[in-house]
Amino acid sequence: MRYWFRSSRSNRYTRSTDDKNPLYHFQRRLWAAAGGMLLAFLILFANFFHLQYLSYQKYQTQAENNRIAIVPVVPPRGTISDRNGVILAHNFSTFTLEITPEQVPNLDETLRALSEVIDISPRDLRRFRRAMEESRNYISLPLRTRLSDEEVARFAVHKYRFPGVDIEARLYRQYPYTTVASHALGYIGRINERDVEKLKANDEFTNYRGTDHIGKLGVEAAYESILHGTTGWEQVEVDALGRRVRSLSLTPPFAGSSIELTLDIELQKLAEQAMGDHNGAIVAIEPATGEILALVSMPGFDPSLFLEGIDSVNWGILNNSRDKPLLNRALRGAYPPGSTIKPFLALAALQSGKRKPTDAINDPGYWDLNAQNRFRDSKKGGHGWTDMPKSIIESCDTYYYILANETDIDSTAAFLAPFGFGQKTNIDIDGEVKGVLPSRKWKAERYARYGKDVYTWWPGDSISAGIGQGYNAFTPLQLAQATATLAMDGKVYRPHLLKRIISNVTGEPQEVQPELVRQIPLNPRNLEVIKSAMTNVPKHGTSWRAFAKAEYSSAGKTGTAQVFSLKGEKYEAAKLDKYLHDHGLYIAWAPAENPKIALAILVENGGFGASAAAPIARTLLDYYLLKKYPEKKPEKDEKAKAVVTDQKRTE
Amino acid sequence: MDPTVLYEIWNKFTRHIDGKLMAIVLLLMGIGCITVFSALSPDTARFVQQLKNIAVALVVMWLVANVPPQKIASMAIPLYLIGIGLLLAVAMFGITVNGSQRWLQFQGVRFQPSELLKLAVPLMLAWYFQHHEGRITTINFIVAIILILIPVALIRKQPDLGTALLVTVSGFFVLYLARLPWKVIIASIVGGVTVVMLFAKPYQLQRLWSFINSIFDPAAVDMAGAGYHTQQAKIAIGSGGLFGKGWLHGTQTHLDFLPEHHTDFIIAAFSEEFGLLGIGLLLLLFMLLLARAIVIAYNANTMFERLLAGSIALMLFTYTFVNMAMVSGLMPVIGVPLPFLSYGGTALVTTAICIGVLMSIQTHRTLMGH
Repeated sequence: MRYWFRSSRSNRYTRSTDDKNPLYHFQRRLWAAAGGMLLAFLILFANFFHLQYLSYQKYQTQAENNRIAIVPVVPPRGTISDRNGVILAHNFSTFTLEITPEQVPNLDETLRALSEVIDISPRDLRRFRRAMEESRNYISLPLRTRLSDEEVARFAVHKYRFPGVDIEARLYRQYPYTTVASHALGYIGRINERDVEKLKANDEFTNYRGTDHIGKLGVEAAYESILHGTTGWEQVEVDALGRRVRSLSLTPPFAGSSIELTLDIELQKLAEQAMGDHNGAIVAIEPATGEILALVSMPGFDPSLFLEGIDSVNWGILNNSRDKPLLNRALRGAYPPGSTIKPFLALAALQSGKRKPTDAINDPGYWDLNAQNRFRDSKKGGHGWTDMPKSIIESCDTYYYILANETDIDSTAAFLAPFGFGQKTNIDIDGEVKGVLPSRKWKAERYARYGKDVYTWWPGDSISAGIGQGYNAFTPLQLAQATATLAMDGKVYRPHLLKRIISNVTGEPQEVQPELVRQIPLNPRNLEVIKSAMTNVPKHGTSWRAFAKAEYSSAGKTGTAQVFSLKGEKYEAAKLDKYLHDHGLYIAWAPAENPKIALAILVENGGFGASAAAPIARTLLDYYLLKKYPEKKPEKDEKAKAVVTDQKRTE
Repeated sequence: MDPTVLYEIWNKFTRHIDGKLMAIVLLLMGIGCITVFSALSPDTARFVQQLKNIAVALVVMWLVANVPPQKIASMAIPLYLIGIGLLLAVAMFGITVNGSQRWLQFQGVRFQPSELLKLAVPLMLAWYFQHHEGRITTINFIVAIILILIPVALIRKQPDLGTALLVTVSGFFVLYLARLPWKVIIASIVGGVTVVMLFAKPYQLQRLWSFINSIFDPAAVDMAGAGYHTQQAKIAIGSGGLFGKGWLHGTQTHLDFLPEHHTDFIIAAFSEEFGLLGIGLLLLLFMLLLARAIVIAYNANTMFERLLAGSIALMLFTYTFVNMAMVSGLMPVIGVPLPFLSYGGTALVTTAICIGVLMSIQTHRTLMGH
């Protein structure tokens, strides 16, 4: 070392000790400086030692965290098909134009400039804005879906102008039957804050990293956990800008399982077409299993509108329409059953011993409860001598006025409840309502705050309820289940839409077993009376016209439910607003002796059940039992009624 | 050709090259090349540019080494005046980049005159003290301080706080070596800190504050804020461990987490790839360089040479220390390149001139006699 401090070309290594010599002071200052430098370098080295040796683990971990990103690999969603394997919902791959708003310096300007490169409709913009309001931060949102190859190429040329805008290949949900069965299928939509909270509460949020969509309604929502699958994970080396450099390891995702529904999409389509321009609902059930063959609520809607978040204009149209296309009438619409309740009330009378089948009354066409209250029969002049079978076949009101007057409403309610009237059926999709099975207790609770006069059960209440009017309000699903129960001699099956799950791993189908909820104890002889009467309804009863020349036997009952109380005036359809017209109903099963299908049909404001609803039943039974299509195809348009939305461009 | 002739030519060529200094400088430049290559990869074009910069620097060094110290002394006043003139020109016609008016543009070439002052100020002061050798009084120190403050004020106005500080320090080193009383030194350090606190811009104080915070509570520093660069540099250094991740294998460097990894922060890239072992060797090399510079100052003949060589040694030390300390989180980040290692022509040439001056002082000593 000493060598370095010596001058190479001189041995004049002088060190002045003379205090007066300026050189002495210079040298002292130089030594002090050298000492300071040495100290500084020691500090530097100590710091490097601290960083690289003592804190090595900590910084090593941080460097790895910098370098390695865990990227979710989203599983493809399971498909949905009908009972015959016809695809109802599947995925297709498409190029989408996506924007990450946080990365865009000037969003309005970018959107304007983008529209010069790629065709962007006002609807796309509206949808995008809505998605932006609902989205999580730092997420890329689709602006346009289904780009053509040409559009992809055109954007690629201009890409440098648009930071934060990218083209992505994504899987999209497609519903090939568009509006058909929309209420049963439901739809998927972008995950919003509420969904996130729900997922977090169920500890499923991790599995949804990277997933944009979630089932929002219907089957898509109910079987979300089966359809979604398990997210895979990829370890990726990334640079400081988050760009992927290379893949380090991959845990592959498990695709969502596919499901097959109990629906028969042909029957469903036929049912929707048969409804024509009417609003309403149809529920068809396989009585021996509870499998739902058709679940119609008209009008329907196009589920694909909701995929990327519905835009405000279409939302307004759907939400404000008087036809309420977003209301699933089959589950959420509670209607008076009208005369379709009569077979159940007759059975109640037989079971309680209040009536024998042969007990008859004379019907003059009305019945007076008291001096002020006259109840009219729907047939002018009355049915004359009427026993129980005739009361069902011809739908005699007076017979049931008198029966209701002699029967306590609470015992009627107790008899009807096990059939599912006014009870949740526990169908496997969300949203069904209970409806109202009136009883003293119900009325007291419902009207408690209006005072005794209002909440007391008056005899007149029983009379109205006795012909399926008054406070009675049941969903078409409840009516269909009750009909199936009657057809099955009191066996109540839980109605369901899921038929089988086809495992994503093994491909093995897993069948859903019928679930017998209860067996209502019913006397077979009583049942025989009711069922034979109902079998005569389409033969020579109220629905004979609709079922003329039917090649099978069926059991049925017509019903007409008043929407608007006329206070004794005569009902004249022409004079009333369409929305105040009566609802037409029909319940049926067929074949009568060995039921394969049970139906409840409700045609809103359709008028008489015999003319509005029974012909639909005929069409459906013809198809389901004989594979016979209606001869006269429904007029103008193949498509069933759906509320027309502004969907000129994409879907 | 006759071997003795070749030997003569070689001898003439290397007459003013100090062998030991040269060896250290070449080693440091070699390490610089290796590190810059890794930090720039896969961009080889800029690496070739750096090789050219080194070649230019070596030529400049040789040229300066061949200029006798007396000649250098005679350039002190003109260089100083030219420097002041250029600074005034900057203030009047300078180009503004990022809100600072620092550059002069002449026929497409950009030039930052404040760089010149880093050398011109100590040169001027060394000449001034030599001129008054033997009769230095308080007046001389006051004049010297004014000579420092004129360019510093101009640079401060650009604004360029970092360079202003470095120019102040370079002049201050001459004062220190010229035996400025310790009392004054301590008082001026305290005063300097106060002035910086008073006149610094809020964002500069913010940076300083976040730096001070990070020492006491590292979690308090916002990862995206001023602390981010230092944080990433510390991760790069720390994750290098004892032996480093290997040349071209630094993840912080190659995945761009480390900012400025080929310029001011190159020591972090070096530490990441070569570890504590590499840092130890590098620090040793820098210490040898400084030791050699101090020896040259120690043995210099005239007061001018002593003061100049001494202040150059202290300047080289300052650049090295400040750079490493700021990258490894001991000091706030002020843009100071690491001599010999950082990418960039200006810094290399400036350093080469300093080395050239040292060599000139050392090699002209015996030749000139005394």
